[in-house]
Amino acid sequence: MTVRHRFTPLQRLLHWLMAVCILAMLFIGVGMVSTVMPKYLTLVSIHKPLGIAILVLALLRLVVRLRSGAPPLPLDLPVPMKLAAVLSHYALYALMIGIPLIGWAMLSAAAYPVVLFAGVQLPPIVPQNDTLHALLWDAHFYLAFAFFALILLHIAAALFHALVRRDGVFEAMASVQGQEEVAPAE
Amino acid sequence: MSEPHQSAPRSTVGALAFIAVVVGGGAAAFAYTAGWFSPARLTPDKLVAALAPPSGPSLGHRRNHAKGICFTGVFESNGAGTALSKANVFVSGQHPALGRFNLGTPDANAVDAKVRVRGIGLQITAPDGQEWRMAMINAPVFPVSTPQAFYDLLLASGSKDPEAMKAFVGKNPEIATFGAWAATGPWTASYAEERYNSLNSFIFTDASGAERAVRWALLPAATPVAVSPEELAKRGPDFLEQDIAERVHGAPQRWSMVVTVANDGDPTADPTKAWPADRRSVEVGTLVVQKIEPEANGPCRDINFDPTVLPAGMRTSDDPFPAARSSAYAKSYDLRTAEAADYPRTATSAKP
Repeated sequence: MTVRHRFTPLQRLLHWLMAVCILAMLFIGVGMVSTVMPKYLTLVSIHKPLGIAILVLALLRLVVRLRSGAPPLPLDLPVPMKLAAVLSHYALYALMIGIPLIGWAMLSAAAYPVVLFAGVQLPPIVPQNDTLHALLWDAHFYLAFAFFALILLHIAAALFHALVRRDGVFEAMASVQGQEEVAPAE
Repeated sequence: MSEPHQSAPRSTVGALAFIAVVVGGGAAAFAYTAGWFSPARLTPDKLVAALAPPSGPSLGHRRNHAKGICFTGVFESNGAGTALSKANVFVSGQHPALGRFNLGTPDANAVDAKVRVRGIGLQITAPDGQEWRMAMINAPVFPVSTPQAFYDLLLASGSKDPEAMKAFVGKNPEIATFGAWAATGPWTASYAEERYNSLNSFIFTDASGAERAVRWALLPAATPVAVSPEELAKRGPDFLEQDIAERVHGAPQRWSMVVTVANDGDPTADPTKAWPADRRSVEVGTLVVQKIEPEANGPCRDINFDPTVLPAGMRTSDDPFPAARSSAYAKSYDLRTAEAADYPRTATSAKP
């Protein structure tokens, strides 16, 4: 039996690609709702297809994660940190998949055409409903802030593993390149 | 690499400080992007808040053009528009239309005779499901050239300082064209007799990829009859809504849609400047209004007539208003849908 110390190259690629997409997405989202200038339309026109791209990538990543698993956390990691690591990863997956779906549903509830590119349009996923729209709008907005806060925590934890604990957790995801390292189980 | 290292306390402090800087910097960049450090930024929230009268907004209603009535019908495309845009709404045939006649006021209970600007929100759906939404008004030009000037106008007209409007007009003399129309242009007694203008310019792309800057208008089939504001003031507070309901009940009401193409050098970015009357214009079809319904339960109630909802073959131009309108309309929509309880859905209580 062998234990993987790093995520697979596909997992690392997905992680870093999505990291860029999601950070861009959150900045675009918070920026676009704060302006009435022409860049508003540019930002919205990126926000929608990028959100769907993140949804697709997140679903793909979930499948890969279920198939490939994750390297074990260090045995000496304190229980609260271990718990935080596990729970925050559940939350990250839930938000990566949930926020784009909520955004899509929010536009559907408002009867906006969900236009990804000129002429490319997604079908509505919920019926038109004002109360539902208001609920989904709030969820989309506040969950996005929660997502950003969680990402900051995630970055802080990753750097803590890399610079303070130096326990290999950071290196498990650190680079896109490199072979899978498979070592005998201890 | 899986071997934990014992780190020296000094480097641990340095590492923790580095982490704090990364997290703090990330949070600060986010806050900056959100505009929290930019009080001067014109946000949709500020624009929408500035529309509210001193008594507060009409909860559950649009924050501007708050009073309105729904219609449904068809857009009968004659096919001529395909020479200008590849949008499928221009393919000849009947395309479903949904819209709203409205008054340019933030007060949902305004008296019809008191509101100078009348408008129409319209959504045309092409056979392939692509939508063309627009919101047009009866004024021949817009009052101001930029969204910032529009915000300044709202502040000045709501200001208690008697000099505020004078100062605004001094800085934005282009408002004189709109002012002249407001003061001396004819009033009519019917939504059906109004001409509605896009004012903003857009870019149409035809099947060959050629682009043209355009504006468009809906020209009424009904003959406009000028009626003085004093005469209109004697009518009921909802005379426009009663009139359009009666007319449409009697017979469908029609407008022909005319698209005007700019010449090179025509001002596309400034809706206070009309284009010369000799510009090429193409009649692309007829809007046929077949049914009127009160807004409270009507199909237009929860539609945002965002003028940037455009089918392939149309896009925004260098006119800065469609973006500002889209941003502000979305804010207004988000607010009013959250206030649905303040605007009950009973057709009989449409006018509380």
